[in-house]
Amino acid sequence: MALIKGGRMSLDPFHSVGAEGELPADGDVLVTLARWQAQREELLGRPGRLGVKLASDQPPALIASDLGHFALVALEFPAFRDGRAYSYARLLREQFGYTGEIRAVGDVLLEQLHFMVRAGFDAFELDSADPEADFATAVGEFSVWYQPATDDRPSALELRHRHDR
Amino acid sequence: MYRYDQFDRQLVTERVAQFRRQVERRLNGELTEDQFKPLRLMNGLYMQLHAYMLRVNVPYGTLSSRQLRTFAHVARAYDRGFGHFTTRQNIQYNWVKLEDTPDILAELAEVEVTAIQSSGNCVRNITSDQYAGRAKDELVDPRIYCELLRQYSFLHPEFSYLPRKFKIAVTGSPHDRAAVALHDIGLRMHLDDQGRPGFEVLVGGGQGRTPFIAHTIREWLEPEHLLSYVESILRVYNIHGRRDNIHKARIKIIVNQMGIDKYRELVDADWERIRDSRLRVPQEEIDRIAAYFAPPEYAELSDASEELAARQGADPEFDRWLASNVVEHKVPGYSIVNLSLKAPGRAPGDLDADRMDAVADLADRYSFGQIRITHRQNLVLVDVEQRKLEALWRALKALGLATPNIGQLTDIVCCPGLDFCSLANARSIPVAEDLGLHFVDVDRLALVGDLTLNISGCMNACGHHHVGNIGILGVDKRGQEYFQLTLGGCSDESASLGDRLGPALPQSEVPGAIEAIVETYLGLREDGERFLDTYRRVGLEPFKQAVYEGADSKAVA
Repeated sequence: MALIKGGRMSLDPFHSVGAEGELPADGDVLVTLARWQAQREELLGRPGRLGVKLASDQPPALIASDLGHFALVALEFPAFRDGRAYSYARLLREQFGYTGEIRAVGDVLLEQLHFMVRAGFDAFELDSADPEADFATAVGEFSVWYQPATDDRPSALELRHRHDR
Repeated sequence: MYRYDQFDRQLVTERVAQFRRQVERRLNGELTEDQFKPLRLMNGLYMQLHAYMLRVNVPYGTLSSRQLRTFAHVARAYDRGFGHFTTRQNIQYNWVKLEDTPDILAELAEVEVTAIQSSGNCVRNITSDQYAGRAKDELVDPRIYCELLRQYSFLHPEFSYLPRKFKIAVTGSPHDRAAVALHDIGLRMHLDDQGRPGFEVLVGGGQGRTPFIAHTIREWLEPEHLLSYVESILRVYNIHGRRDNIHKARIKIIVNQMGIDKYRELVDADWERIRDSRLRVPQEEIDRIAAYFAPPEYAELSDASEELAARQGADPEFDRWLASNVVEHKVPGYSIVNLSLKAPGRAPGDLDADRMDAVADLADRYSFGQIRITHRQNLVLVDVEQRKLEALWRALKALGLATPNIGQLTDIVCCPGLDFCSLANARSIPVAEDLGLHFVDVDRLALVGDLTLNISGCMNACGHHHVGNIGILGVDKRGQEYFQLTLGGCSDESASLGDRLGPALPQSEVPGAIEAIVETYLGLREDGERFLDTYRRVGLEPFKQAVYEGADSKAVA
């Protein structure tokens, strides 16, 4: 599994401790929502940055007031067909103003990357032999977009009327 | 009609290239069938019983003669020489090869036709009134807003993996020919007291195994807010729609589980945030699209009603066709002409390539090169000069497309059924063929009048049996094909779901049962009543008695 950020392979500074794993003394950690809720004070008291992972049935409203504590929100795709996290990413960016890393984890298909980029994801866990090349291909397949989304790509509608002026 | 600009063309071209790579990855094993499935579905490609099926969109049912000729070419070059028009204004090819599909899509893209999102858990082909822009009762041409929605929904980054498919229909006429109350979102256009258009928004309608009539979620929506409001409906559905059970995943289930008031509350909360965002539709864009739907250059004619009346009696066959297949046009001297794809004994909605070409020629000659597809699986030429009706009728008759049965009992809507479909319980097409051959007396059919009959081969209801005045549903009873009848369904502005008549019948008893229902209606009807009116007045009982009592039936409960 490779982590792609900014189009490049990237080392993951976050240590994923899941629901059960022991918390390391320092360093960045990624925890589940349940763990954040149960060990909030302990997590805030330790050195290192904090990330939280949301399952697909955990909407970001659950952490809306805590977002200032997180350098990373990982959104899980339990199956590539489960599209809830696209909405979650957009809400994180557009409703809650979150500017930290939003990472797609789980069953992430190359075909879905350009949608994810548009929805506000900026990091991706990919299962690929050549992740940088695959990422570049996948996000470069389209140069026209019909609708505005979280990214700042202009929609076809906006371009049409920009040209007209 | 709408024409692609550089942006539309670019996007569709890139989509074909993307699908070509995906097919290559599937063929060389990089993608598993499980991974490939949603990708091919979102390009219209299904796996059927015997072969791949490609479903191609006819956006809001409007087609040019050039596009229809391309459909004919695809039928000849890549299929078995015919296509099937569906209830969602699509055409389906039943025998395509996977490796050919990128080429087919490239050829279709040349004439601005796509299969994008004709399947998959995403927003499907936007459908509308087949008489849009021409109907005498129309308030607003709905195609402008259909096209806005088509573009908005294509390759939507957030809504391409919804819990389930999502269907939107728009009507601009008070008489609803687009069945908007049976859609995930139905848009009914009205005018305010200053003549400005707006939408009544309905949500949560649908058929399938759990049918619902849609609820009104918003009484009035200005066109500038159309996209943001639809986005909020979709977002609430994407987040809250059920993903635990495919049969409970449509928006109708969640709307009816949480209640329309709660659903509205969630939508409004999201919409308040985004209503004035980049999704606001500028008037320039509405005007830009509307210009494509400007009326053609009509000749200045007066209504030829006197001439047609004078001619009456000269040829009863022509008179019959005129009465059943020709509809009033908003422009004097012109008529709307329906082409029946329901000749006796033929599979409803099927058309072979030669006839497609012939219809394209007739469209060029008689109707400004435009053809419409109806959700009742027929074709329409919308701009025919009344003085040329007889010549057109002769040409259509020679093609077998002038069966005078539009809106009548033998104008049957029918799914492909077990002859093609892997979901079906029963063969629906042979039932339609039986009925077509049983009810051959065109004068009697005219006497019976308006009566919609819909057949589905299984409870997924692709033949819309729930909303047929008479519905026929194929069911499996101990490994045998049986047919369940329902009465009283209707898909227009007075939409209702049919009531189950009684035990299911074997195929051989279906025509007799329909005969008994028709006879009962003729005996009970009062002045000017359609079948549906009589049924609504008298209820199920007399029909039940007529079908089940006294007969030596093999019906199975």
